Amino acid sequence: MTDAKGDATEGSAGPMMAADGTPLKKSLARALRMQKMRALMLIAPLLLFVLVTFIAPIADMLFRSVENDIVSDTMPRTTAVLADWDGQGMPPETAFEAAYFDLYIAAERKLHTRLGTRLNYEQTGASSLFRKSGRGLDDIGEVYQDQFEDLDEGWDEAMPWAELMGDPEWLSEQAAWTKGARQPEFILRDGIADLLPRTAEQYEAFALYLQDEDNKSPLDEEPWSAVHTALYEDLAAGDLSGYSGPRADMLVAADALVDSPDFETVSFARGFEDIDEDWADPEIWRTIKLYSPEMTPGYFLNSVDMQLTPEGVEMRPDNQRIYMLLFKRTIFMSMVITCSCILLAYPVAYILANLPARKANLLMILVLLPFWTSLLVRTSAWKVMLQQQGVINDVLVWLGLVADDSRLAMINNQFGTIVAMTHILLPFMILPMYSVMSTIPHTYVRAAKSLGATDWTTFWRVYFPQSIPGIGAGSILVFILSIGYYITPEIVGGTTGTFISNRIAYHISSSLNWGLAAALGTILLAVVLILYWAYDRIVGIDNVKLG
Amino acid sequence: MKLTKTLLATTALTVAAGAVAAQDMADSMTLVSWGGAYQASQDKAYAQPYAEMHPDVTISWDESSNEAVAKLRAMNEAGNITWDLVDVVASDAIRLCDEGLAMEYDPDELLAAAPDGTKASDDFGDLIVSDCYIPQIVYSTTVGYRTDLVGDTPPTEICALFDLDTYPGKRSLEKRPINNMEWALYCDGVAKAEIYDVLETPEGQDQALAKLDTIKDQVVWWSAGADTPQLLADGEVVMGSTYNGRLFSVIEEQDQPVGMLWDMQVFDLDGWIIPTGLSDEALARVKDFLYFATDTQRLADQAAYISYGPARESSAPLVGEHAELGIAMAPHMPTDPRNASNTLLYNYEFWADYRDDIDAKFQAWLAQ
Repeated sequence: MTDAKGDATEGSAGPMMAADGTPLKKSLARALRMQKMRALMLIAPLLLFVLVTFIAPIADMLFRSVENDIVSDTMPRTTAVLADWDGQGMPPETAFEAAYFDLYIAAERKLHTRLGTRLNYEQTGASSLFRKSGRGLDDIGEVYQDQFEDLDEGWDEAMPWAELMGDPEWLSEQAAWTKGARQPEFILRDGIADLLPRTAEQYEAFALYLQDEDNKSPLDEEPWSAVHTALYEDLAAGDLSGYSGPRADMLVAADALVDSPDFETVSFARGFEDIDEDWADPEIWRTIKLYSPEMTPGYFLNSVDMQLTPEGVEMRPDNQRIYMLLFKRTIFMSMVITCSCILLAYPVAYILANLPARKANLLMILVLLPFWTSLLVRTSAWKVMLQQQGVINDVLVWLGLVADDSRLAMINNQFGTIVAMTHILLPFMILPMYSVMSTIPHTYVRAAKSLGATDWTTFWRVYFPQSIPGIGAGSILVFILSIGYYITPEIVGGTTGTFISNRIAYHISSSLNWGLAAALGTILLAVVLILYWAYDRIVGIDNVKLG
Repeated sequence: MKLTKTLLATTALTVAAGAVAAQDMADSMTLVSWGGAYQASQDKAYAQPYAEMHPDVTISWDESSNEAVAKLRAMNEAGNITWDLVDVVASDAIRLCDEGLAMEYDPDELLAAAPDGTKASDDFGDLIVSDCYIPQIVYSTTVGYRTDLVGDTPPTEICALFDLDTYPGKRSLEKRPINNMEWALYCDGVAKAEIYDVLETPEGQDQALAKLDTIKDQVVWWSAGADTPQLLADGEVVMGSTYNGRLFSVIEEQDQPVGMLWDMQVFDLDGWIIPTGLSDEALARVKDFLYFATDTQRLADQAAYISYGPARESSAPLVGEHAELGIAMAPHMPTDPRNASNTLLYNYEFWADYRDDIDAKFQAWLAQ
């Protein structure tokens, strides 16, 4: 490139031309671009592989730490009503009405318990409240269903409903449908949505659910009781005595029934309270309102021992704070493990690098041997060594250094975790150190000595600075591995030696609170990146060598 | 069930009909269980006899039950269910049912009636704790102790756990609030019937933790079922909680100096769930297998290999002897009347609600 530029500026008769007549500069740029493209094509399979199998799942997992659309998806009407509620006292009757219809459909689709599980993370008791409500909602609708049915058996049958609500063309198509074929999608009759808006909405939801999820025909199934409830509401709100469409006699009679003083009604708020008195407590409504948005900072707040409340963000009660402690402990212990790895690995790597090849190879096998042994076996071996009736304590008692009744507690605490993890991660420190040290020429040390330096000065001023890249590489490896370690702390950590990853594992596999696990994981990732950045600023990442 | 009945009828009638049935049902099945002695007992009592009756069916086992909930959720999200039948504890079954990951079923339609004609729903009774759950066995969490380390008066009551004066030394308890909180309250003088009412309140939770605090520095916390038997065998602890089947194996099979308590044993269940989203063929096969594997005789057979009580009432009289040791198994069943004089049934509804909350407090308490 510089050559071409030089030639072009030096030449006085315009730009230099390539053989095909294009300017050399352009032609060269194109050739370089082609080269880059070719290189990119070569790594494309790997790049795609990494994107698909690594970056995308991680991004998806991390996104769960803020994702919260389950509340507004499952209870769209309720969250809309609650948006206008100030959170003081009980919510209005319209909120109960919206919750009734939302939960009714959710219960039919078996989604209400999922929402209950989600809200239970924020408010204890939500899980059983929603499970119970799914079963109890029918009690409200049955009041209306029974009365309509007493008036006219037709309200208990599928066909009258389908004729009242469905488009005539759709009706004939649906009647011709046979099991196994695709069902013609339900269409509302013209004008019915203006006449009976709530009923039309509920019936449509019912019919579509039946067709899509149950694969049954709306012509065979009587609608669920929420449709009857909606019909009552429409009839009570409007006057239908002039209606003359299909099933006019039934509808007009029902309208007259609803207007009569004998018609029994039930308030939604009352109905909910009958299911469970927790619905009469504004707390659950505040929680629903608070977690209505599609994104929530709730999981992140939880993972730093805070919580979202209607009054704003506040610290969790003292007896529930745990994550900050675990984060600090994880980082502190990872540093201790890294330091002890450096101290143990340095002399080993030095000997390995300075022994004759044959002996060095033998030693190398000893270093690598643990790699070929199962992690669980190595960890359990430490259990046998360190426990109170274990090998080390037995030896100490036998030597008389420790009394039999005051054996040392060396496991199920921080000490056990540090020992076991140092042992397990040691090869990751030795190998980079060794590969760096074996490239340090002996001549430097000899030169320093011949110039009169003492052994210590030679080591500290000449040898050590050259081995730092190995220490850096090993430290980064060991630190990052240990910060996410899980099995060893779980087995030998007891209560004081466990890491944040043990809680992440608990939330992933046991409590199923993947949002919180994702938030904890994201924070851990951020901490590692910050430490990496700090390392780069202080030591310099160019100073890291794996060989 | 209609399908299963027709299929059973046709296979019984003609070989040709059997060939038709084979087409309608998948010819392989993946069962998920816990591995170890428990899975072996299921294999011997259910899977091998079934495979003998249906030589064309291959049954494979996956030892993933301890992470089944998370894995099923991941499979469901990926839209690729590779398991046909999953063995889980009841609390996991309730969660899987809540999440829509397990299929709801009708006991009387899916499961065989007892030999005397009792409907399956009555034979299993209250043990069907979730609409998705098909219980197999009743197990209990109880306490084992070293007979040589407890002096001349071996413990007879659960509260020996908290009695450091009479029984000094370490104890092992499970690293979770469930069971421990109940025992702590019980030994702090709360009546058995009121335990869960008390535990609902923050004061009650504090009370339980305060009781546990009295032995906290003498406790080794376990998270795997094999830990306590190992700790007892090593003499690392004087007593510890674990599952009754593990203690049976330590005492009867390995002949260790260990004894066990039945007092205040906490009953829990283990059983099957059918994942949602199975293909019609796979589902037909699973239903056919379940009808066989959960009948009265099969549940009783399992007790010949492991000391867990069958979940059907009608199976209890059929429990025989241990297949290898030749000892009568009935006295080793947690449900045996002599063992079940003072028991606690795990309250699923309560723990589904309070698990997250109490676990946060419990873990914070542990970490202090």
